[in-house]
Amino acid sequence: MTRTILNCGYLPLVDCAPLIIAEELGFAAQEGLKLNLLQQPSWSALRDMLALGHLDAAQMLSPMPIAMSLGLGSLQADVHALMVMSVNGTVFGVSNQIAATLGQTTFGDAAGILDRIAATARKPLRIGIPFKFSMHHLLLSYWTSTRPDIQIEAVTVPPPRMADAIETGHIDAFWVGEPWGSVIVDRGLGHMVMTGRDVWNFAPEKVLAARAEWIANNPQQVRRLMRCIAQATRWLDRTKNKPLALEILTRSEHLDLPPELIEPALTGYLTPSDGASPVEVDHFLVFNRYGANFPWRSQAAWIAAQLGAGPGAIEHAKHCFRSDVYRETLTPIGIDLPGASEKVEGAMQHATAVAAQRGDMILGQDAFFDGRTFDFGGFGAE
Amino acid sequence: MYKDLTILVVEADADKARLIIDALIEAGWTRVYAVAQVSGLERAIKKHEPDIVLIDMAHPDRDTLEHISLVSDAKSRAVAMFVDQTDEDLTQAALSAGVSAYVVDGLQMNRIKPVLETAIARFQIMRKMQSELDAAKQALADRKTLDRAKAILMRKRDLTEDAAYKLMRKAAMDQGRKVIDVAQALVTAAELLP
Repeated sequence: MTRTILNCGYLPLVDCAPLIIAEELGFAAQEGLKLNLLQQPSWSALRDMLALGHLDAAQMLSPMPIAMSLGLGSLQADVHALMVMSVNGTVFGVSNQIAATLGQTTFGDAAGILDRIAATARKPLRIGIPFKFSMHHLLLSYWTSTRPDIQIEAVTVPPPRMADAIETGHIDAFWVGEPWGSVIVDRGLGHMVMTGRDVWNFAPEKVLAARAEWIANNPQQVRRLMRCIAQATRWLDRTKNKPLALEILTRSEHLDLPPELIEPALTGYLTPSDGASPVEVDHFLVFNRYGANFPWRSQAAWIAAQLGAGPGAIEHAKHCFRSDVYRETLTPIGIDLPGASEKVEGAMQHATAVAAQRGDMILGQDAFFDGRTFDFGGFGAE
Repeated sequence: MYKDLTILVVEADADKARLIIDALIEAGWTRVYAVAQVSGLERAIKKHEPDIVLIDMAHPDRDTLEHISLVSDAKSRAVAMFVDQTDEDLTQAALSAGVSAYVVDGLQMNRIKPVLETAIARFQIMRKMQSELDAAKQALADRKTLDRAKAILMRKRDLTEDAAYKLMRKAAMDQGRKVIDVAQALVTAAELLP
């Protein structure tokens, strides 16, 4: 049987792993697909290529499809998220100089770190982020907006250059996906002080995105693609598979990174500063567990609200996260699904069993560091 | 005809940047600047206020440019453009879709001019749309001001709407001002008085 070729765009980050694993471990082949993995030089380039139809699907920062659909960036296009490919996986850190002025902080203490910044910062902090429409940027602005006395300036820096930007003093701090935080620590240039998870316990980080029109016209391909990615994420989250995953990702031509830089993200053991002992971060990077793949409409609503959308646009944004397609596609292969497609974001302080289509399923804690909750209405099942 | 536009070239390789600048100047553009480092991008954009930014599609700093442009009033600016050495259709599709960057294999000189022309045409359309939008917004705001001024006169001097407008028009003619300026003055004054 000849395999259908799908052009899939990605950026060389650890969390593009589901695409690589789906292709290299044969999950794609099982579905009759060949994923033609095309590395992109920037998120803007990836977005343009997807919008123009040169890519069929792509790994995207979760806010990107929403920003595109709402016409917030420089290119309006109806691009939707079929599923979440990874949850969490970002780190926040500061240059050595800022670390020295901050003094003692507890790793992961989001509120405490904010206090220290407020007490010591003498000028607006310049913070490197990978893209304007990124979860990194949204978490950063959510976190700092709780303290209006803190002045920040978000500066876009391509992740592979984040370390250089810290070294030259172009930025004072960074919010970046792995492995680029570990690279900064490894080069002795800065300290990691917390992870994105310390601000929001369950932040959808990367999504599998495609044009709305392509989704509508290619139900077969959509189904096969989603199934093989779901299999890959499930495989990636099994502890016993981690060593093999590391091996495959290291060898892959698609991800030019040494194993010591891929490992922290996969295992959740992060080294906060040069020479320090690693800290274990629970759920540092989740690919599949706790219903991670499910594209909650309420997650889309939270993203839209953070991007400054009004009530009408928030409703529109909800439909960019295709929980409808997800249900249709993954129910038949026995993947458990929540009964509703929206939840009150931030309400779960602990992993919680919720009503699912077959009995219960466990959802991960999704609290925000300041305890706020977000109810965007509309809780009926679809 | 559009040669008064300011163009900023983002290119790390000094020789390549020189070639591009020479090609643009030869083609008649005079206000052409180059920036090599991403750290200089923000400053260069503030300093030169370019109408068009040229950057290689494969350049990772595109995301940085994109961010700066979105923050700094990019709506009235064609940020950059898109050229592909292999695919003319893609170029055209990209331009009409509003894609703002370009793909060039080594920034081929002969490719820059026609695409620049297309991008500039697009830029003119965008600028025209923007000024039309601004004009429409202004007209709406003026309309509101006129209505408020009329309402004030109708209330204070017990006039009909028509008479109130005529009174404002007469005042404007007598003083050699525009009706909207008279109305604005009236509204401002009314806000200050009890």
